[in-house]
Amino acid sequence: MQKATIQLETLTCPSCVQKIDSAVKSLKGVEKESVKVSFNSSKVKLDFDENQLTAEAVVKAITALGYDVKKTQVKPV
Amino acid sequence: MMQNWILRKKNIWMLIGGILIVLAFVSHYGFTNTQLSHVLMMIASVLGAVPIAIQAYQALKVKVVSIDVLVTIAVTGAFIIQAYEESAIVTFLFLFGAYLEQRTLNRTRSAIRELTEMAPERALKQLDSGEFEEVDVDEVDVGDVLLVKTGAKVPVDGTVLSGEGHINEASITGESVPVSKWKDTQVFAGTILENGTLQIVANRVGEDTTFGKIIELVEEAQDSKSEAERFIDRFSKYYTPAVLVLGFIVWLISRDVELAITILVLGCPGALVIGVPVSNVAGIGNGARHGVLLKGSEVIQDFSKVDSIVFDKTGTLTLGNPKVADTKFYTDEVDQVLAYTTSVENESDHPLAKAVVEHIGAERFLPVERTNVVKGGGIVASVDEHIIVVGNQALMDQENIPLSDGVREDIETFQNKGNSLVLISVDGSIRALMGIRDQIRPGVPDVLQRLKKLRVKNLIVLSGDHQGTVDRVAREIGLTEAHGHLLPADKSAYIKQLQDRGQIVAFVGDGVNDSPSLALADIGIAMGNGTDVAIETSDVVLMNSDISRLPHALGLTKATARNMRQNIMIAVGVVLFLLGSVFFSEWMNMSIGMLVHEASILLVILNGMRLLRYR
Repeated sequence: MQKATIQLETLTCPSCVQKIDSAVKSLKGVEKESVKVSFNSSKVKLDFDENQLTAEAVVKAITALGYDVKKTQVKPV
Repeated sequence: MMQNWILRKKNIWMLIGGILIVLAFVSHYGFTNTQLSHVLMMIASVLGAVPIAIQAYQALKVKVVSIDVLVTIAVTGAFIIQAYEESAIVTFLFLFGAYLEQRTLNRTRSAIRELTEMAPERALKQLDSGEFEEVDVDEVDVGDVLLVKTGAKVPVDGTVLSGEGHINEASITGESVPVSKWKDTQVFAGTILENGTLQIVANRVGEDTTFGKIIELVEEAQDSKSEAERFIDRFSKYYTPAVLVLGFIVWLISRDVELAITILVLGCPGALVIGVPVSNVAGIGNGARHGVLLKGSEVIQDFSKVDSIVFDKTGTLTLGNPKVADTKFYTDEVDQVLAYTTSVENESDHPLAKAVVEHIGAERFLPVERTNVVKGGGIVASVDEHIIVVGNQALMDQENIPLSDGVREDIETFQNKGNSLVLISVDGSIRALMGIRDQIRPGVPDVLQRLKKLRVKNLIVLSGDHQGTVDRVAREIGLTEAHGHLLPADKSAYIKQLQDRGQIVAFVGDGVNDSPSLALADIGIAMGNGTDVAIETSDVVLMNSDISRLPHALGLTKATARNMRQNIMIAVGVVLFLLGSVFFSEWMNMSIGMLVHEASILLVILNGMRLLRYR
């Protein structure tokens, strides 16, 4: 299990949070309970199974929604 | 990728759209050219609608009915019924509103961003060859040796291996007087080396450092949600689809497309979802700037309602640094008595003994023989062939030293002033009496006055000290109650008692051995000087143990809680106003609806921003 912290460009609408939250949760290999999208700090935190998913795939899913990713950090849990 | 490109240029589309709308109005009213005006409005609508539609599509793809979906449907509807003016204005206002929201939100978040930007980014790390190379701070591991030069930020928490220097630790303690560092002293990430050069070994890196923890705490705090907010979140998840259904039903019944799409625009949730987080981030940001860490919006709500503040031990209100305050001599040979006393007391580490030595301030000490330290009593020793006994009354009784009535009277007066007593006898007769007491922290009476003005009814100190000492402190600084002779367990029991009487209690402690009380109180306030325990166990941290920040903290939470209530009232009021006017007035339409909607969002953000200036 790995823990990813993804810094996004500044989020400005609370509905962005909802979009990103659903998009990330729908990815296979993501620990659904762990997903946390923070509005004010514009960060996404999640745990995922590295055998099923890569951090790059998560970043791609978020970028596909139209949000730029600034920095990604992955750490083993 | 085309989609992202369009979204990134959103502001340009908005600008062109705005210009086209102005031109359309000019051609319509200036040159009465309705044909051209229509065309311009059509182009403006499409330019504005495309980015919104893309956002709507992206949301629907992940099964979210977002506000973009509502606006896209409304604008498409308006376009179909050839209300080009409305569709153009609505898309423009929507994009322009989003732009202003972003600008203003950035301002409200600035205080916290300033803090996180103080995080160190680069480090000079020693390679196997012994040379130092600049690396990203993420590449530093525990045990690495780092070089810190003058003017640089300390990249990690570590221990000094060699070198000396002065460090400004304001980023973690709030205190900007430089602290000197030498071999084996601790240094902290995010602090700045003002002069000198240090080689340090990394003990904790990244998020594990004290600074990292503070940042994480503040970041989590700004996004933490109260029960009410979680309710709003759940509610808004179903709210937007419900508006869509409502619009559809209205169309089915009335067959009035314009009314239906107006409802879609008016129903956009806006100020309600953003109002509370905005107050929250601005309030917590203000605190972070002033050395007050507030752990989230729940804490803000609870703290703002506090009516009793309990201070742990007198050390919180006093300097914790006892000094000789009163002296009385029963001999003419004062100098000689003082010389004996200081020589004997110099043998001990007891705080009272230290206070005596410091008070006398001698530079040379006489040789002391046969020193006998009596636990809980004092010292018996011999100097210059004289037997010297220095200690409390119990020790004098034990040593069979008689106390005259005059001495007994003095003892009572000294005790009533809140002194701890040191009696000094030479060869079996009392020669001097010293009263030692702790000094009140400067500014404390003023702090308590300000707390009373903020409608705190009970200001209580709980202490392990003598009741006399505690009473004196209470009288001098204006506490409402004081209780001495208490053990840590008694303190939490007392807090429980207050709570059972319906009081909302804040507990101020240093977080070292009072965690039960910190946890039990409705609000635990730690006088932290960057210690992890204090940061973790409490709800509020006063950086650098500075009690003068307490009134600011309380006033700020009151202002923030009030600000949140105002924002909720603005949001709910606007929704009611819009719904009322669409059904009961003639003048309400899509464009005005969008204008009011965007204006209300800006209003709550600007209202939240006022908190940044709270002093």
